[in-house]
Amino acid sequence: MADKVLMKGNEAIAEAAIQAGCRHYFGYPITPQTEIAAYMAKRMPKIGGTFLQAESEIAAINMVYGVSAAGKRVMTSSSSPGISLKSEGLSYLAGADLPALVVNCQRGGPGLGGIQPSQSDYFQATRGGGHGDYHMIVLAPSSVQEMAQLTIKGFELADEYRMTSMILADGTIGQMMEPVSFDFEIKEQIEKPWATTGTKMARKHNIVNSLYLNPEQLEVTNIERYKRYDIIKEKEAIAEEYLVDDADIIVAAFGIAARVSKNAVNQARAEGIKVGLIRPITLWPFPEKAFRKAAEHAKQIICVELSMGQMIEDVRLSTECKVPVSLCYRVGGMIPTPDQVYQAIVEAAKKGEK
Amino acid sequence: MLVFDRPKALCDVPLHYCPGCTHGIVHRLVAETIDELGIEGKTVGIAPVGCSVMAYDYFNCDMIEASHGRAPAVATGVKRSDPDNLIVFTYQGDGDLASIGTAETVHAAARNENITIIFINNAIYGMTGGQMAPTSLPGQVTQTSPYGRDPKLCGYPVKVCEMLSELEGPEYLERVTVNSVKNVRNAKRAIKKAFQNQIDGKGFSLVEVISSCPTNWGMTPQEALKWIDDKMIPYYPLGVYKDRSAGIFAHSQEASK
Amino acid sequence: MAKLTFREDECKGCGLCTFACPKQILRLSNEKINKKGHHPVECIDMEACIGCASCAIMCPDCIIKVER
Repeated sequence: MADKVLMKGNEAIAEAAIQAGCRHYFGYPITPQTEIAAYMAKRMPKIGGTFLQAESEIAAINMVYGVSAAGKRVMTSSSSPGISLKSEGLSYLAGADLPALVVNCQRGGPGLGGIQPSQSDYFQATRGGGHGDYHMIVLAPSSVQEMAQLTIKGFELADEYRMTSMILADGTIGQMMEPVSFDFEIKEQIEKPWATTGTKMARKHNIVNSLYLNPEQLEVTNIERYKRYDIIKEKEAIAEEYLVDDADIIVAAFGIAARVSKNAVNQARAEGIKVGLIRPITLWPFPEKAFRKAAEHAKQIICVELSMGQMIEDVRLSTECKVPVSLCYRVGGMIPTPDQVYQAIVEAAKKGEK
Repeated sequence: MLVFDRPKALCDVPLHYCPGCTHGIVHRLVAETIDELGIEGKTVGIAPVGCSVMAYDYFNCDMIEASHGRAPAVATGVKRSDPDNLIVFTYQGDGDLASIGTAETVHAAARNENITIIFINNAIYGMTGGQMAPTSLPGQVTQTSPYGRDPKLCGYPVKVCEMLSELEGPEYLERVTVNSVKNVRNAKRAIKKAFQNQIDGKGFSLVEVISSCPTNWGMTPQEALKWIDDKMIPYYPLGVYKDRSAGIFAHSQEASK
Repeated sequence: MAKLTFREDECKGCGLCTFACPKQILRLSNEKINKKGHHPVECIDMEACIGCASCAIMCPDCIIKVER
């Protein structure tokens, strides 16, 4: 399948999931991600898989919990308000160390908000969303090709580290069409000896559980889980760095905001402004090193977001506030134009000259 | 000759339930059923939140702990992960199944999900210390209905078998109790049928077991069993509410098909 | 002749077996206190036991073994 196919971002996620061996999808309709469910509804019955429209997002994530406990690759998808409903399940998945893939095709909030693209669930995604100390691996695609690629990576990381991977996309990338190649190398799925597949009277019973009434035991469980998180932080953080090496100004943006920003960076470079782009691809773990390194030479950072400023906090934390970080944003379903970002760069460049 | 001993599917550990709590009887009936049908190696049980939250420590088959009310959704996932080989049951109380998890219960039934549900109705929240349940009787005094449940203020109890029997989906719904030797034997028959239905691919089978909570009812264990006869059963009549294969329907329209 | 064996230390002294016994030969011990701090069940006339298992059927803690 070296040929490229023209696909919507949401469909690319669905097809990639199938190619990654996912045979169980549970969802509940919500704009702007219904193409994923529609694709799965068509494909799953043809390949011996399960597509089930659940009675709610809460039920869907718990069906995911069930399949995951039974050791199979499984996914659900939703958009912002639906992810809030799934957050209980996300916490339980984390507490029981179960792998799963969850897609959040973000829309504007809070509350019912709107149905246009947004990045305002960054905190919810990177800080966990549900209750308790936990994280999810958060992957932020900025093209349809990456929607597919990161879906496969998401499944692999989820299985390896026994945790949820979230694809944090947005309405724009979900809806837009681009050519995609599905020429991926997909690793063989790993064994899951902990899964509840029936004892076959050959082993002690497996228990999938997140309840620890003994506080010492619960503390140890949490600490052990965070040791695993430390390994992930060390090994799995990725970012795209574009024209960063000599840059005085760094633009930080992910997903759709990064696409817009790249245009602005190119325009500013053409004007002779030394500006580069860091695009986090993993939002958790956050690519701290890329920012720390850039902060050694850059004088300013502009964070471009479709939110009131959420990732900006991680940028400030990773650079330990050594460099001033400003925000360039639109919210409520609005997207910054390349010109808005360009103007922000020009302004920063002027400030730098003073 | 051995007449009676602990079933093998029940782990050899003491149960944490209060003295005289009938959870233990129902656990044993489920375990006996698993033994008799020879399905321990392919059974996955789902424990709820509530008094039986630690049921995962009591059954020798694989077990999953679900979040409050979501056991039927979790069971749906597990069953659909390997429908030809796994036997999946949930074990849920009234708060779990008939309050917070009502939607999951109703829709698993509507889909005729091929799972078995053991539903413990003791008309109270036991684990949290005796609050009003969706199934608490009108007038029943609990920690959160200290003057007795007033239907004007907090509505009427949910009759799960009656409610689900209106759906076309479910295969089998029966209400039993465990307050006497005879009734325990009958409950065993119903539970075994609910598992056999799943093996036969017939679909959603739910057994509601009217149970006692001596601690939170404020009675001796024996008084509590009598209270089942005097108060619970008149409100929650025992019997088969639906058995599609046997042609028993509570819903007259469906019966006429 | 029938024989009852109790896992005495797991008895919670609820007494449901004593009411279920058709021969009325079970009672909660007046003297003994088990590890859990309960007065466990005891059989006062094993000869009279008919091995019907009614006690075991009503025992919520599954502590009674019945042989005949």
